[in-house]
Amino acid sequence: MSRSEAAVIEVRGLINRFGPNVVHEDLDLDIRRGEILGVVGGSGTGKSVLLRSVIGLKHPDGGTIRVFGEDLQRLPPNQRSLLERRFGVMFQRGALFTSLNLQENVALPLIEHAGLARADAEHLARVKLALAGLPPDAALLYPDALSGGMTKRAALARALALDPEVLFLDEPTAGLDPIGAAAFDQLLMTLRDALGFSVFLVTHDLDTLYTTCDRVAVIADKRILVAADLATVEATDDDWIREYFHGPRGRAASLAAQHTEDR
Amino acid sequence: MPQTASCPGNLVQYASGLRATGDWTLLHHNRLRKTIGHQRHGHGPDTRELDLEELGELDTSGAVLLVELMGPERILDVATWAPEQPPERHALLVAVARAMPDSTLLPHRTRFAALGALGDIGRNIENLGRQQTQLLGFIGLTLASLASSLLKPRRWRLTALVAHIQQTGLNAIPIVALLTFLVGAVVAFLGATVLRDFGATIFTVNLVTYSFLREFGVLLAAIMLAGRTASAFTAQIGSMKANEEIDALRALGLSTMELLVLPRVLAMMISLPILAFIGMLSGIAGGAMVCLLALDISLIQFLDILQRDIPLRHFLVGLAKAPIFAFLIAVIGCLEGFKASGSAQSVGEHTTSSVVQSIFMVILIDALAAMFFMGMGW
Repeated sequence: MSRSEAAVIEVRGLINRFGPNVVHEDLDLDIRRGEILGVVGGSGTGKSVLLRSVIGLKHPDGGTIRVFGEDLQRLPPNQRSLLERRFGVMFQRGALFTSLNLQENVALPLIEHAGLARADAEHLARVKLALAGLPPDAALLYPDALSGGMTKRAALARALALDPEVLFLDEPTAGLDPIGAAAFDQLLMTLRDALGFSVFLVTHDLDTLYTTCDRVAVIADKRILVAADLATVEATDDDWIREYFHGPRGRAASLAAQHTEDR
Repeated sequence: MPQTASCPGNLVQYASGLRATGDWTLLHHNRLRKTIGHQRHGHGPDTRELDLEELGELDTSGAVLLVELMGPERILDVATWAPEQPPERHALLVAVARAMPDSTLLPHRTRFAALGALGDIGRNIENLGRQQTQLLGFIGLTLASLASSLLKPRRWRLTALVAHIQQTGLNAIPIVALLTFLVGAVVAFLGATVLRDFGATIFTVNLVTYSFLREFGVLLAAIMLAGRTASAFTAQIGSMKANEEIDALRALGLSTMELLVLPRVLAMMISLPILAFIGMLSGIAGGAMVCLLALDISLIQFLDILQRDIPLRHFLVGLAKAPIFAFLIAVIGCLEGFKASGSAQSVGEHTTSSVVQSIFMVILIDALAAMFFMGMGW
């Protein structure tokens, strides 16, 4: 894998707290161009808060976050909006607009930001929905008529609408059946290879982690314990990491990944 | 795909076919679509060769255009006719070709405007009828669960009841008092203006006290609560429903009527009479202020007339309506909340509907009550 080592997002000395409860302290993290970075950590260690800080939804209590070399917090709103268009975000629970049907959900950013005509945008939206694995007749459904898995796929399609440079995924495979989750992993890698975007992937799915991620960052003790390729992370001497990767589920996922590679 | 230094994509014709050049990205989508429209002869896919050697950036929107141009079948074996392209790009084109919907045409609904309007009228009237039936049913359900839980003091939700009394009653006191005070002053001014011509400005006192005791005190408080509380009930229950909290309560074997509806209905039935009483006092105070400042009727004189001329039954007639209004407002607010479906739009629509319905009901019942009381000579 010859990817450039340039960081698209640099987090330095990040501090986040809610009242007296400190979530992040002096947290450093890089996301490099074209990589899939998996972020793991126990429940409540602040993975989602980190994601929200990076995309600018939560103002950090300290530290800097540089996105494409710019500090998002200090930019005037119009320039900030330009940068934010280069992000695609898929929220944990989908966050689809309930008053729009799926094709309108995906077409919205295309119409607003790319200036496409409605018919063009909706056509493109239908392709993206199909690309995310939804059947053609789903395009006219409203979000409240969807199953959990379909919501995830539709949310991915919207996140991909503008062909983003950095894709943020918050637990994308949670609630998908194993076949759907494996297809999701394949789709993610195909698109990453073809479009060269970077992925910030918050996940608990060990299979996704073993199949797709180039690097894995482990959050514990309010900071990044280690951010490296899987082999290095697995070998790190830490109780939580040992339990996570060498517990029964971790071993199974590791074996499965090796098995797939051998074939 | 940095947006700087982007070379616009193009489609050029050369000897044996077509050549795609530059960046085929979202940025150039509109122009590229036009170019493709010009290049295509008929409606079917282009049968000429396509040369991708000078292609710059390609994203999914560009890939969609290429697939439309060549047809999905030829794109699926892109690796054979464009072997110079990197495998990632083949994968992208193949993935998009597989994802292309078979027919991009979705059925468009065409309807005649006049027939549509007639249909809408019919549908609305049908809805109106169904709404009233549902309301009656829900009132029955509320009364039944009220009756069944009245006998079992252990199932009274006192904490919820007190919390709702605070939200709907106590917190509404300032706005209700202010509103009725101002309306009281306005009524006194209007009355004084008309009565001055007859040299009967002193009857302003009777006008203000009559109208506030019988009608305005309770009506203004009820309308205020219809706007303030019916909407809150609908939004609370509606978003609980969207969040599957209602389903969770039912699955736990708990009665939503008992947990959610009864405390709200009872809290309203306790709050509104108190607010109506405060509204009457404050409206009369507004009238008294105008009498004192503009009409030279002293406070003592005002109270004296009030005590001598106004029988107690006006106060009772006014206050008797308050629990009925409160019951209707709370029931409509809760019912609309239960009718909301999962979407934000639906919660909004039902909140609007609950405010409109409850104000309408309050005024309708008030008119009927006025006729009844007049007929009875009360």
